[in-house]
Amino acid sequence: MMNLFGPAISVRDLRVSRGGVEVLHGLTFEVPRGQVTGLLGPSGCGKTTLMRAVVGVQVVAGGEVTVLGEPAGSPRLRRSIGYSTQNPAVYRDLTVRENLRYFAAVLGAPKNDAERVMEEVGLAEAGHQLGGTLSGGQLNRASLAVALLGDPELVVLDEPTVGLDPVLRQELWQLFRRLAGQGVTLLVSSHVMDEAARCDRLLVLRQGEILADGTPDGLREHTMTADLEEAFLRLVEERGAAA
Amino acid sequence: MSFAITMATARRIMNQLRHDHRTVALMVLVPTLVIILLYYVMDDERAFSAWAPILLCVFPFLVMFLVTSIGTLRERTSGTLERLMATPLGKFDLLLGYGIAFGVMACVQVALALTVSLTWLGLDLTGSLWPLVLVALLNALLGTALGLFCSAFARSEFQAVQFMPLVMIPQLLLGGILVPRAQMATVLEWVSNVLPMSYAIEAMKDAVGGGELGGEFWRDVVVVAGAALLALVLGAATLRRRTP
Repeated sequence: MMNLFGPAISVRDLRVSRGGVEVLHGLTFEVPRGQVTGLLGPSGCGKTTLMRAVVGVQVVAGGEVTVLGEPAGSPRLRRSIGYSTQNPAVYRDLTVRENLRYFAAVLGAPKNDAERVMEEVGLAEAGHQLGGTLSGGQLNRASLAVALLGDPELVVLDEPTVGLDPVLRQELWQLFRRLAGQGVTLLVSSHVMDEAARCDRLLVLRQGEILADGTPDGLREHTMTADLEEAFLRLVEERGAAA
Repeated sequence: MSFAITMATARRIMNQLRHDHRTVALMVLVPTLVIILLYYVMDDERAFSAWAPILLCVFPFLVMFLVTSIGTLRERTSGTLERLMATPLGKFDLLLGYGIAFGVMACVQVALALTVSLTWLGLDLTGSLWPLVLVALLNALLGTALGLFCSAFARSEFQAVQFMPLVMIPQLLLGGILVPRAQMATVLEWVSNVLPMSYAIEAMKDAVGGGELGGEFWRDVVVVAGAALLALVLGAATLRRRTP
């Protein structure tokens, strides 16, 4: 354990440019520990870039990103962050079990961790299957399983529930809640607003700027609507009126 | 760098190969088949004895260059490299992992080609066997290291494959196979002097030719090993934890 107190993630004036265009325009926010924070917004709003900056694999143009009390990307964090990219990053020519055993070895996690995470994402029966023969949803979960190896303190998941049926989505969100209950911090991106209601906190992003930062209830109250999709639209209008 | 992570990476790459029988078969069989073809095309024991070592030199290099450049390119495009760069894995863990796994493959490849050449095809080997194996292995490592390095400059498999003739053919033309290096125009000889394959080919000729392996053989071996190491370091420099 590193710094037990203070926020899990603290971002100050983060600016990122990709391909010569600024995509994050000076973001400032904090993510509390032991909660599920949803990163919401339409596709192309900068969710993935923001997550990459938190994990420390993104070249940033300016600002400060502090994760678990250390600057993002510092070597001590590499064992404490579980990260799953939007495109499932697993080896298609290895079985699910071989994939997980390899990443477990790289992270220095115990060998039976592979079995544990397969169980957790509901892939226990697919352990012997090659990545290339899995369905899209299974591949997604295999990639998610890698992020859970070795008891990370912070789990960053980019669109983990895309392409999953409602039952599986339900199960995964239960898993996220369980992890948060154990003190793990989760940052989960989604562009589906109905998933927002399952988060403790929401960070709504649009065109590289933060539109809202608070609890789902707070957001509903602020926008005076019960529906989070509607809330998002009102936020956009509000911002448009202010500009 | 960590020994455990390097070995886990080598094991992982071997596992990937294990699931891909056709690639393994091609890697192991193609050099031997081409050497057999050469034997029948030449139809002359002496000419064959001169050419076989060159093929034994070129093939491990060529095959390892190709599989490594494509392999690492796939690692880059599939997102597994980004994932690995967010873990404690060091750059050299990855590069050496590839080096070890493909080095083992090169051993198998060379072992089969040598066995067939020395028995069935009656290749005359006056000296001992180990210098030949050493040079072939160093070549495989050189190919692996250069493949890693070149893959950094390819955006797609199409581009990666094009690097093969670019890296390979000038080295063969200038390596003293077709024209002795001393007979080349001065500028070309200079270029030839800085290409690692020239030394590999000379070392291979010494290894097959028998006789005392003098300082010149060892100098060639050190140059090839040094070039492989340099390419590995350059390859590591192209791997970035943070990308734009």
